Amino acid sequence: MKDFLRRFARNRPALAGAVILLAVVAMALLAPTLYPDNPWDMVAEPFLAPGADPGYPLGTDMMGRDLAAGIFHGARVSLVVGLVATAVAVLLGVTIGALAGYFGGWVDDVLMRLTELFQTIPAFLFAIVLVAIFQPSVTTVVLAIGVVSWPPVARLTRGEFLSLRSREFVQACIAMGMGDLRIIVLHCLPNALAPIVVTGSLMVATAILTEAGLAFLGLGDPNVMSWGTIIGAGREVLRTAWYVCALPGIAILLTVLAINLVGEGVNDALNPKLRNR
Amino acid sequence: MPRLVGYLARRVLQAVPILLGIAIFNCLLLHLAPGDAADVLAGEAGGASEEYLAQMKAKFGLDQPLYVQLGRYLANVATLDLGFSFRHNMAVADLIGGRLPATLLLMVTAVAVAFALGIVLGVTAARHVRRPIDGLVSVIALLAYATPIFWIGLMMILLFSVHLGWLPSGGMMTVGTDLSAFDRLADIARHMVLPTVTLALFYLALYTRLMRASMLEIYGQDFVTTARAKGLDERRVAYRHVFRNAVLPMITMLGLQVGSLLGGSVLVETVFGWPGLGRLAFEAVFQRDHNLLLGILLVSSLLVVGINVLVDLAYAKLDPRIELR
Repeated sequence: MKDFLRRFARNRPALAGAVILLAVVAMALLAPTLYPDNPWDMVAEPFLAPGADPGYPLGTDMMGRDLAAGIFHGARVSLVVGLVATAVAVLLGVTIGALAGYFGGWVDDVLMRLTELFQTIPAFLFAIVLVAIFQPSVTTVVLAIGVVSWPPVARLTRGEFLSLRSREFVQACIAMGMGDLRIIVLHCLPNALAPIVVTGSLMVATAILTEAGLAFLGLGDPNVMSWGTIIGAGREVLRTAWYVCALPGIAILLTVLAINLVGEGVNDALNPKLRNR
Repeated sequence: MPRLVGYLARRVLQAVPILLGIAIFNCLLLHLAPGDAADVLAGEAGGASEEYLAQMKAKFGLDQPLYVQLGRYLANVATLDLGFSFRHNMAVADLIGGRLPATLLLMVTAVAVAFALGIVLGVTAARHVRRPIDGLVSVIALLAYATPIFWIGLMMILLFSVHLGWLPSGGMMTVGTDLSAFDRLADIARHMVLPTVTLALFYLALYTRLMRASMLEIYGQDFVTTARAKGLDERRVAYRHVFRNAVLPMITMLGLQVGSLLGGSVLVETVFGWPGLGRLAFEAVFQRDHNLLLGILLVSSLLVVGINVLVDLAYAKLDPRIELR
């Protein structure tokens, strides 16, 4: 662990990513304290440009809503949706991949056909269909993103389990008469964890982009303020108030960039040999 | 040649269970959706009597048990009948067929641009690894990789249409003008620039990173050292030896990205009002036209399967070591 942290800290882009990411997390945590009022409330005159009124440093939108409040609250939505949706996808993918790789045979065939099926359906389009049919809410958005993003995790886990299955320590467990579930969870999974963690951390970035895209199309939860929602609404006033669209977009860009940098940093720190190639 | 025919036949057979699965999904989703087509239509008409509702449900077959509906849906799909869109008052298959060319035009152009530029940037970065130019290319790729495409699309409209006035901000052609065939093409090309660049940007980043990594991997192999040892200049090593081997993973990636491109085109077409399949999907969402939406999902999946067969064929053509199975 100490080695891992030292290697990570030596990687400057990854460190920069971690700093940005911490700032976004701080925004999300501070949102209810700094902006306790509903971010949907009209608080000032509409179309205040950024910097025009020190009380509203990022300006206001066409309804007089405080953009800074929207962006702080949006950070909560993006991070929560990104993390929970990824957790759902990882849980689904690891379960399916582990069963397929460990048991092989017909279980593997059936589960891999299922994975192929989900990989064939265009993911973002599928997410749109799911959210549109089951009505937009934080829950449906999270589940939809989770349901469309698990196949790569399943493939990765299956590959790891296939090779672990034939390793001696697993064979020894089987010979000792240990139960399948116990071998899978206690012996195989810990050895397959590193690549899953890397893939998962990068998936959070994709999930945040997907959530923003859905919200931009009007498929966000109508009760929460999301970055994509602000951009989607600000589109109408792009010509007169460009900053309503521009600012939340920069927030998305920085967050996704930070997660990618951290994810790659984790990958390099876990596989130091690959890095020095 | 018979080998090719056999291969194609096998691929088509393999695609059948996948399409069957998607069709079953579609049917289940329609069934699970709160409110069916009859409810939506009745709700919009401002309510309807119980008898009328029941009559409508019977007309659409919605009063039948699930397995009967499923069987009927599958039989329809098998004959390319994707149902009827009550909004557009048109068959779903015809609607999709009318919008497909615009989406394909956008997708193919964007991928071609991203692929070609990605190769150029990736090779350049790999040839100057750990020098400033490599750093610059990598930073640009990292940024483009993290940018939401709908947002960069809006920002480009702001810059190139609103402020500079160089390019049109939306649509596929100028309406209400009488242009010669050549001018018409030029007009469409002008309308295509911004949507194409927007859609291409993310894939450009992806291909640049992949090309760079793939080149660096091949550079480490023995035959490259041999090529250098026999005195070939660096340029020749890069293009004749390394590049040819490094480009293969790019082709694989091309096949993997078809689905994601279709998703991206929903956003791009919505931003630029491009009259394609993605825009149709966006409209279908807000008109609660589930039949149309699920038809688009099915056709898109079909497109993914079809393009992947083409990619495999191209792969086998480019690399004689690969055999079609």
